[in-house]
Amino acid sequence: MAREIIKMTDIDKNYFIGTPNELHILKKISLTVHEGEFLSIIGPSGSGKSTLMDIIGVLDRPTAGTYMLDGMPTSQMTDNDMSDIRNKKIGFIFQTFNLIPRNDALKNVELPMLYAGVGAKERAERAQRLLELVGMKDRMHHQPNELSGGQKQRVAIARALANDPPVLLADEPTGALDSVTGHMVMDLFHKVHSESHKTIVLITHNPELAAETERIITLKDGKITDDRPTGGKAVSQQCS
Amino acid sequence: MFLKENISLALAGLKSNKMRSFLTMLGIIIGIGSVIAIVTIGNGVTAKVTDALSNIGANVIQVYVTPRDAKNTTTDITVGGNNMSNSDMITDDQINAFHKRFSGEISCIGLQEGLGDGKVENGHRYSNITAVGVNPEYKDVSNVKMSKGRFLMNRDIDANRRVAVVSDKLVSNMFRKNTDPMGKEVSIEVNGWDETFTIVGVYKYEHNTFGGAAASQKDTRTSLYIPISVAKEQANFQNYSYFLLKTKSLSGSQVFSKKIDSYFSKIYAGNQNYTCQSYNMENMMSTVSSVMGTISKAIAAIAAIALLVGGIGVMNIMLVSVTERTREIGTRKALGARSSYIRAQFLVEAVIICLIGGAIGILVGILLAWIGVTMIKVKLVISAPVILFSVGFSMLIGIFFGYYPAKKASQLDPIDALRYE
Repeated sequence: MAREIIKMTDIDKNYFIGTPNELHILKKISLTVHEGEFLSIIGPSGSGKSTLMDIIGVLDRPTAGTYMLDGMPTSQMTDNDMSDIRNKKIGFIFQTFNLIPRNDALKNVELPMLYAGVGAKERAERAQRLLELVGMKDRMHHQPNELSGGQKQRVAIARALANDPPVLLADEPTGALDSVTGHMVMDLFHKVHSESHKTIVLITHNPELAAETERIITLKDGKITDDRPTGGKAVSQQCS
Repeated sequence: MFLKENISLALAGLKSNKMRSFLTMLGIIIGIGSVIAIVTIGNGVTAKVTDALSNIGANVIQVYVTPRDAKNTTTDITVGGNNMSNSDMITDDQINAFHKRFSGEISCIGLQEGLGDGKVENGHRYSNITAVGVNPEYKDVSNVKMSKGRFLMNRDIDANRRVAVVSDKLVSNMFRKNTDPMGKEVSIEVNGWDETFTIVGVYKYEHNTFGGAAASQKDTRTSLYIPISVAKEQANFQNYSYFLLKTKSLSGSQVFSKKIDSYFSKIYAGNQNYTCQSYNMENMMSTVSSVMGTISKAIAAIAAIALLVGGIGVMNIMLVSVTERTREIGTRKALGARSSYIRAQFLVEAVIICLIGGAIGILVGILLAWIGVTMIKVKLVISAPVILFSVGFSMLIGIFFGYYPAKKASQLDPIDALRYE
């Protein structure tokens, strides 16, 4: 059986703790994801998708519960530890691409490697290979503002793969793209998934996109209300 | 941390916002520029004054009769002040007694009796002069350099001879080339007094540092030396308001100067209005440097204000930059940048702004200094320590005023920063 890459147990996330307005965004979320899975998390806005993504991506700490990422407990981590974990274990892909302005495509892809302390030569070589993988090698010296939305997202995917993280975390990656470009980006995810067997977590409110993944988790009012495999590929594990 | 990347990032950022970058730097440019300009001009002036003073000689002491209420600076000296009477001045007897008393220290005493400004004329040829009656020792004390003939001698004085020592400038003004001026007669006109003198010597004229630069080469006024005994016939006063002396030893003029002051203060104890004050190279230098020091302090205060304002400008624009780039900061954090990396990035950017501003300021300052020194005709003395200090100081401003915005950037919550609209 594949390794448990994400294991969440009874995760709570509350805001305004101790005040009359205390908000319970996530309520006793338990979720296990195995290495190589391609799953989607869907739910209406306000359901806690984004907060769940923040916790999966180690951008935020849960109020209660335990979260093991790639076998490592995250509850006792310092801010620097969290930065290092994000750098090496997670590849973020955002709806708005979030490429660094005034840095060309190559520099953008190199950035996570720079933070990981990879040498300049190796950075450039690897970044070029990744841009080739996403079909953007011929535009590696273009600034973000010289690229179309689809091209930006492809560069962002290359950047997410820079440090070869086990998990890709994509937040509405096609949300800002037209349907044709969006499909091309989804195809790229499928390609990455089938070639590198990375765990891909797709956060979306689009059921069509979710249907392309192997497993759909539905979130509502901070709780997982549904967790089922799609027809695509057998998923062995259900939420506990 | 990632210094090279941060520098190129900062430069790219500045380039994409040229106008804003320039305006941000302006405060630093003005601050550093004014410091460099003033210090450079000040150095030029100091060098020139020092040069002029050392021409006087380290072992020369000047003794003036000065009003008691004047402040103790050389600038307040009024030689032969308005209402100074003959009895307030130093007599020949007093000088002789003084010379005898300090014969071990004094090498010689130079006396002079100024008659005022006038002209030497011969048809259409003329030369501006200042007629000065002097004693033979004056040459030695005042460092007059002879180029031809001899200086005045005791027998000229004793016999009241109408002889003159003139400058080479006067010779070139008055005579055709290759004419030997020796033995030639010149008619001197000073304050209505008109007499003919025979030239016995020519001295080498050295451009007077303190003289005005306005007069043309031809109109330059030079000293014409005549026997002091002859000058006294024409002067209102027989006594001296001023004399020069040369000490035997090259050092210790400061100490000797004090002895002179106490010697003459006894003589002038009974005089209500006047006293004697001696000046030597050392205390003239200290006067000059204290004046320069005061000016420098005033300028430093102005520059400090300019730099403070400039630094606040840098801080302001860095805070704007942090806000504008909140999303970028969030992205960088999501990609694994530690807080310290973000802090370093923004700190480097602030330092780069200040360093570039400082560098432009140095260039502007040197340019201003160059214009300034050309106008007041002194040498351009560029001081490496001042430039290094300016570079260092602009860097410090960058660090000081960049730290808060950088810290603010580094402490942004990645979640809020990522979703910042």
